[in-house]
Amino acid sequence: MTAIETKDLTYLYSQGTPFEKAAVDGVSVSIEEGDFVGVIGHTGSGKSTFIQHLNGLLRPTSGQVLLYGKDIWEEPKKIREVRFQVGLVFQYPEYQLFEETVERDIAFGPSNMGLSPGEIRDRVREAAGFVGLSPDTMQKSPFELSGGQKRRVAIAGVLAMRPRVLILDEPTAGLDPKGRDQIFHEIAQYHSKTGSTILLVSHSMEDVAKYAKHVLVINDARKIAFGTVDEVFSHTGELVEMGLAVPQITKIFAQLRARGFELSPHVYTVEAARRELLRVLGKGGAQDA
Amino acid sequence: MLKDITIGQYFPGQSAVHRLDPRMKIILTMLYIVALFVADNFQGLLLSAVFAAAGYLISGIPLSLIRKSMKPVIPIIVFTAVLNMLFVEGREIFRLGFLKITLEGVVLAVLMVTRIICLIAGSSLLTYTTSPIALTDAIEQLLVPLKRLKMPVHELAMMMTIALRFIPTLIEETDKIMSAQKARGADMESGGIMRRAKALIPILIPLFVSSFRRADELALAMECRCYHGDEGRTRMKQLCYAPRDFMALGMLAVLLVLVLLFNRIFPSMY
Repeated sequence: MTAIETKDLTYLYSQGTPFEKAAVDGVSVSIEEGDFVGVIGHTGSGKSTFIQHLNGLLRPTSGQVLLYGKDIWEEPKKIREVRFQVGLVFQYPEYQLFEETVERDIAFGPSNMGLSPGEIRDRVREAAGFVGLSPDTMQKSPFELSGGQKRRVAIAGVLAMRPRVLILDEPTAGLDPKGRDQIFHEIAQYHSKTGSTILLVSHSMEDVAKYAKHVLVINDARKIAFGTVDEVFSHTGELVEMGLAVPQITKIFAQLRARGFELSPHVYTVEAARRELLRVLGKGGAQDA
Repeated sequence: MLKDITIGQYFPGQSAVHRLDPRMKIILTMLYIVALFVADNFQGLLLSAVFAAAGYLISGIPLSLIRKSMKPVIPIIVFTAVLNMLFVEGREIFRLGFLKITLEGVVLAVLMVTRIICLIAGSSLLTYTTSPIALTDAIEQLLVPLKRLKMPVHELAMMMTIALRFIPTLIEETDKIMSAQKARGADMESGGIMRRAKALIPILIPLFVSSFRRADELALAMECRCYHGDEGRTRMKQLCYAPRDFMALGMLAVLLVLVLLFNRIFPSMY
């Protein structure tokens, strides 16, 4: 079933002035329920503008956004309903924290939905669990937490709305490698436990290759490619031309291939690389006797 | 949406008006305003209007921009016009119930409206052709005499520069925070005044927090570069008057003299 779909989505900045510029230009894409889509494109490519259309923060200049087959702008007054169903975690989301306690901040979304206090409590606890916030953190002020913890609180604030589609814009920007891996791991867990659809905007090709099933490439406001990780990353040359990288391990493998090793071109994660190396080495009899 | 707001409406260019010394431009603008208020007949005002129009022509600022800067004052213009038309005593030309419009009222209304339009157009020309930074620099220099009275002129100017510098940053930040809270279902468009005021809390608190953080970082960065205030500080861009500045001043003096002369020759409209 298609969870979210865009049809010829176009968004113009400063329409009708000499500065008119398309930030999103005729993007049509259809994302299945339960999919994990990595969205890549370099800074200024329009990917952030694109994702803000999916939950109705921006209204398309032309084209449509369909959520489970229904145009989200059919009834503009109900756009908040759409925002509860399509959760959007912004870049550096910790700057949106404002409540006195972590618990109340996470509850902001659910209480805007008009849920009962009991339901809100359940959801807050569940969301905090997903991002690994301990119960004693819940009564602290969000401003006294560390950067990584703040980020978790902010992500939990969106998860607590139990969105059917979750969009994360660079959720690990500015975190150390450990914090980054943890947050990605938590997102992956959330995905497998709830089966919700996830869109992950990221600069890191390694992370996209590791977690996503499909990849959407946006460049210069246009959709360049949408396909499986294999399909997209096999076009190494084009991606590099656009100023995007492929995972480093893929680059290393390309160089090894150029030096005569018979390795698969479809290696995007270190784990896959290990398997591929073992396969080739095993076959070649290079193992220690 | 917030990005559409223009604060500091600088319109970069290389015209003669742009290149005038900002200090001189401030002085000229003040003199121009004086001329507008001294003029008490159409001839004088018309001359001033032509003067402003010439300024726009030389500067290459599209006249359509004046309309934009006029927008916020339209209510004041309309209000002034209506008040003058209705409440000035004189020969009646139209009556509707207890409301009457007099010839003198209409004349005065037109006079006032022309004056306001010239005032806005003239002072906008200053901000259109001078970058906010140059403007604060100029204000600092013009206020230097006040240092004798222990006024912290440099500090005030520095505060103004920093404030101006951070306006776009803050707008962008506000935009981001608003979007983030809206994504969590914040409702800012409906409800009464109390509810709307309450809806601002989730935006204002993060904004305050990040402003303090920014101020802290900025102070640290300035100290790292040995900023120590006014004492012994030199500037990269020295302001100095050029012949064209005095030419412009001369032209404005001519305008003032002509306006005064017109006041003598032509009958006053009051």
